[in-house]
Amino acid sequence: MTEHALTAPVATPRHVDIRGASLRAVYIIWYRDVLRFTRDRMRLVVSFAQPLLYLLIFGTGLSSSLRGATGAFSASGLQYQQFIFPGVIGMTVLFTSIFGSMSIVWDREFGFLKEVLVAPINRAAVAVGKTLGGATQATFQGIIMLAFAPLVGVKLSFVGVLELLPLIFVLAFALSALGVALAARMRSLQGFQVVMNFLMMPIFFLSGALFPLSGLPAWMTALTRIDPASYGIDPLRRVALGSGGAPASVLDRLGLSVFGQTLAIWTEEALLIGFGLAMLGVAIRSFRHRD
Amino acid sequence: MAEVRRARRDVSCEPPPELGYVVPRWRWAARQRAPDERSSVAVPCRSTRLLVGTIASVSEPVIEVVGLVKRYGQIEAVRGIDLDVRGGEIFGFLGPNGAGKSTTISILCTLLLPTAGTARVAGIDVEADPGSVRGRIGIVFQDPSLDDQLTARENLEFHAFLYGLARAVRRQRIDAALAMVELSDRASSPVSTFSGGMRRRLEIARGMLHFPRVLFLDEPTLGLDPQTRSRIWEYLHELREREGLTIFMTTHYMDEAEFCDRIAIIDKGRIVARGTPTELKAMVGGDVVTVTSADPQLAAIEVRRAFGLEPVIDDGTIRVEVQDSAAFMPRLFGETSIPISAVAARRPSLDDVFLKLTGHAIRDEAAGQVDALRKFGAAWRGRRR
Repeated sequence: MTEHALTAPVATPRHVDIRGASLRAVYIIWYRDVLRFTRDRMRLVVSFAQPLLYLLIFGTGLSSSLRGATGAFSASGLQYQQFIFPGVIGMTVLFTSIFGSMSIVWDREFGFLKEVLVAPINRAAVAVGKTLGGATQATFQGIIMLAFAPLVGVKLSFVGVLELLPLIFVLAFALSALGVALAARMRSLQGFQVVMNFLMMPIFFLSGALFPLSGLPAWMTALTRIDPASYGIDPLRRVALGSGGAPASVLDRLGLSVFGQTLAIWTEEALLIGFGLAMLGVAIRSFRHRD
Repeated sequence: MAEVRRARRDVSCEPPPELGYVVPRWRWAARQRAPDERSSVAVPCRSTRLLVGTIASVSEPVIEVVGLVKRYGQIEAVRGIDLDVRGGEIFGFLGPNGAGKSTTISILCTLLLPTAGTARVAGIDVEADPGSVRGRIGIVFQDPSLDDQLTARENLEFHAFLYGLARAVRRQRIDAALAMVELSDRASSPVSTFSGGMRRRLEIARGMLHFPRVLFLDEPTLGLDPQTRSRIWEYLHELREREGLTIFMTTHYMDEAEFCDRIAIIDKGRIVARGTPTELKAMVGGDVVTVTSADPQLAAIEVRRAFGLEPVIDDGTIRVEVQDSAAFMPRLFGETSIPISAVAARRPSLDDVFLKLTGHAIRDEAAGQVDALRKFGAAWRGRRR
């Protein structure tokens, strides 16, 4: 290639086209995240351990002790493991999204973020690229979780799976945007632990992943209704269990209602997308800030 | 003219053609259109020689800093500095740790906003139009900023994408950059397997990848072994010759600053001197004679009495500046009664300049600690995964 390189015509007008550069930047930032994700086989395997523990051990244990008990749940004809199956998918998506976007903090700590921040790109591209990167990883993990459906007796139809994909992605997008908005402001890895304990676990417990969100005390009802994950897990449950043959009346009773109104899946998805875009806006503002 | 001579001396050899440098044609075109624009050319070596003079003598400032101030709350890190860096020169920004070097470089790279004053890079104000500045500069940060999990080539591809390098150029340019820093054979290895020196070389390759006009380097040789340090200097000179790149670097290694075309010395947020290394060293009169004595106090008094010189006492030695050390030494023994255990005479170094200007030596102990911390950090980074 030597002689060739010396004489090759290489013309690049270098008046930086910020808009074009930003689209490329979104792509390459997303691509890097995905590439790292596929390289990190260890993480891929480990990340299934927790959901499976919930599904198999926690699910089976609680299912056994709930047998014959009364409440919103027992009359539905569903096994507890079946009930939490969509919740565990939601949990996988939640954890992967937040972890994925927290790689920003990691990048900051180890210097790589600077490389991105001095590039001639719109800083919005960083927020968008990172959010999409996190969302892609989380969607992928969520989809793999679907493979465990037969294990707990959830029958998924092909159409059901196709319907679940966009639902998983929207949840992943909203939660990744939340993670990026937080990570953009975080200056050290210490903050990460705080986010873990005071944000991720409450979001998980209040999301309706592990128990129905009806008949709760008022204060808790309020908290579950401001939890974005609630609006993502409910549609997953309706579609996943509905495609397995659970009657709509049962799902409605277990599902999410706000002020006595049962929400349509479209409404829930719209709320999630709105939340995601708002968080993205916050993240973009943080990245644009210069000291 | 001095600059031309200097530049010629630095072209030590004909660079091997297999380096495969891409001639960025847009630069030629730009040059034809705007003759006053600094010539930026990458050409085979024979013509480089002819062009060196052109590159070095064009003196339009590429970096202009006026009255720059940066305050963090009560602390004033940069206290009103002025700088002008000309096209095609290697400009050294010299000073101890904490003098304000990194803050200044961060402002020039659009990462920090100045509290007061203006800074223009490649003719563009860093505060008003950071995006345009970013497209025209390359940066090698003080701390590593590579992605460990990606390969060398992937790191460069990421950069090329981010800077919008056209597809036709991308691959050739990456190959050429890897060849320059002698990492072609490791292109597909993950960066996590690289030594500190290899990482730094890769970062230099990355910094020049997108044909920047100015390459900023913040302590590029910190914590590296002497051999790697000298290789890095070779790359920098090569880049300047081949691409007409202006190089702005900070360092606290005085010996390295001698490789720069011009230097500004900064201490406690202020510039205390600027000029070529030769000019700066001329500020120290003649030679530096160091006398080691059992009684340095007495030695100082004696030297003052006998020669009217003002010696600096420094840890068991005294140091004087004399016009001609060869003539001075016999008189030192003949005309004084100092208990001398050793005498050394040498040409002045930039250390002497710094000492003379600031009254204190560049704080090497502190630097040593920082180096050690960084090494520890690097080791820790290497272990993680």
